[in-house]
Amino acid sequence: MTVTVWVPRDAGALALGAEAIARELLSAARASGAAIRLRRNGSRGLYWLEPLVEVECAAGRIAYGPVTERDVPELLEKGLLRGDAHPLRLGNIEELPWLASQQRLTFARVGRIDPLDLDDYRAHGGYRGLLRALEIGSAATVVEVVDSGLRGRGGAAFPTGIKWQTVLKQPPGQRYITCNADEGDSGTFSDRMLMEGDPFSVIEGMTIAGIAVSATCGYIYLRIEYPHAFRIMSAAIAAARQAGYLGNDVCGSGHAFDIEIRLGAGAYICGEETSMLESIEGRRGEIRVRPPLPAEKGLFGAPTVVNNVVTLATVPVVLASGAAAYRDFGQARSRGTLPLQLAGNVRRGGLVERAFGLTVRELLYDYGGGSASGRPIRAAQIGGPLGAYLPASQFDTPLEYEALAAIGAMLGHGGVVVFDDTVDMLEMAKYAMEFCAHESCGKCTPCRIGSVRGAEALGNIARGINPEGNLVLVEELCDTMVQASLCGLGGMAPFPVQSALKHFSEDFRKRVPGS
Amino acid sequence: MNPGAAPKPITQAERDEILGIVTRHRDRPGPLIEILHAVQDRLGCIPPEAVPLIAGALNQSRAEVHGVVTFYHHFRTAPRGRHVLRLCRAEACQSMRGRALEQHAMRSLGIGLGETTPDGGLTLEAVYCLGLCACSPAAMIDDEVHGRLTPERLDGLLRETGGVKP
Repeated sequence: MTVTVWVPRDAGALALGAEAIARELLSAARASGAAIRLRRNGSRGLYWLEPLVEVECAAGRIAYGPVTERDVPELLEKGLLRGDAHPLRLGNIEELPWLASQQRLTFARVGRIDPLDLDDYRAHGGYRGLLRALEIGSAATVVEVVDSGLRGRGGAAFPTGIKWQTVLKQPPGQRYITCNADEGDSGTFSDRMLMEGDPFSVIEGMTIAGIAVSATCGYIYLRIEYPHAFRIMSAAIAAARQAGYLGNDVCGSGHAFDIEIRLGAGAYICGEETSMLESIEGRRGEIRVRPPLPAEKGLFGAPTVVNNVVTLATVPVVLASGAAAYRDFGQARSRGTLPLQLAGNVRRGGLVERAFGLTVRELLYDYGGGSASGRPIRAAQIGGPLGAYLPASQFDTPLEYEALAAIGAMLGHGGVVVFDDTVDMLEMAKYAMEFCAHESCGKCTPCRIGSVRGAEALGNIARGINPEGNLVLVEELCDTMVQASLCGLGGMAPFPVQSALKHFSEDFRKRVPGS
Repeated sequence: MNPGAAPKPITQAERDEILGIVTRHRDRPGPLIEILHAVQDRLGCIPPEAVPLIAGALNQSRAEVHGVVTFYHHFRTAPRGRHVLRLCRAEACQSMRGRALEQHAMRSLGIGLGETTPDGGLTLEAVYCLGLCACSPAAMIDDEVHGRLTPERLDGLLRETGGVKP
């Protein structure tokens, strides 16, 4: 009897040796005469257990991990293909509390299906959202998305349906759907996991958006640092086109919609929506002054929907199960679920999708299990390189938009990076300014010059050069950048610096001679 | 790139290659970055002589094309080494001793970030996030991703890469 074995092809699993395990499984099985069907999935997001091998048994998909290439012959010998006992055996993957306690809506299929198998996708609820959108029509589809309360998961948290309404209201003519897949924030990988683990959900979401606002053309702006996601997305687009889900007549509806991928070229700023549009148009990724909004005058001057990968992949869930079902998750003005990414110095890092409301502490300790180093957790940076550093005293804050804003922090794209007590917060503050200087598009002075001066001043504090004066200078620079920058890069790069100064002032004071 | 390594002038075949790429892409909307990607993928870099060729064929100014080439960190005007090690410098990797790994790599290779070993075997580059933040510290060697790196594992990988002796 042929046994089905799953080994992820997610870049995170590959980075930990999944490809060698797949090869070894095939050759060891062949040598022992065992018949296996090797299938490739995305990652379940339990990265501390990757590479994670799953075997289909009567009792469900039995997982083993973390597996190394060397473990494979012994695992086979001990009955891996029957789901037998072994120190690496984790049991039925779906019953592991870390996963079973999550509320996976957007990530429901990731890790469960073969990302490029359309039948698998449909068998797990795929394309139900699109069929419903085609049935209820453009205006009702937009209303569904408005009513769901879905807000942009890329970072700005703008209500998705309102954006679509604005595009729909524009005069007739060419419109575009753009998918922002320039996931550059450190500590975030949910876009990558979706594109590698469930690419059809992104395609379906874009197609629904296209039908909703009468756009026939979609672009995915994908960062060059994600070659695996590029290959999988490209293959999925070709497969969707082949099956009639993209093209001149989507599902026989008469609607035309197709998607093209544009690769970025290593500029963080191109994750900013107007900069991304400039880049798709083939120019320097300098930001545009708003207004006009992209929804009015976006790509090539036409009304344009700009949504993040997670947002678009959530749209089919909203359409398939209805706005009310989605809105029932979450709290206050943060509706639905949030795919959090737990990263850095943490024992059990990975993807945690839950209804809004989980606290930082629950994420770091209940899911994360504390630091990877075993030392006390001193700080967590939330929302990428422009997000604030939270001290332990703020760890009871719920991970939702307004609660974080109330303490001067932001959720961003949902990445949480954990630091133990060896972190030097002056160094992290200096890095924030250096990163801004490295990535500034140069269009506005506060960002272009402020970040360079900020890094210099923080470097001088580290060297003990006029620390009091330089601290005043840093505070003034931060204020200027926040108030006067044209976009979020210069406008938010001071957040990690200001939060470090506020909550970890001892790291700045100790450099002052005599203190 | 190494100081003093003057770029070789491009050959007629490379010139034809560039013009062929421009012809294939020029009718697409906003083609310039797509063209630059294609040129770099084929020639290993965007040689300075490519700029006026592309500009002329697209009816853009040389300044416009040069401006785009120099804006993006990914585009380079001189070839890299036979292999490329890209170390992630972003926060998640820093929280897992990424800076120590970076120091180790620079020390053992004897080069800094953005430089190539004297034998042309390997270029060391910084990268800002590979999306492998739950497997930090992370790096790419050519097209392969690697996570949970230690100095010892990095040395081993570089030895396997060949042509590199850390």
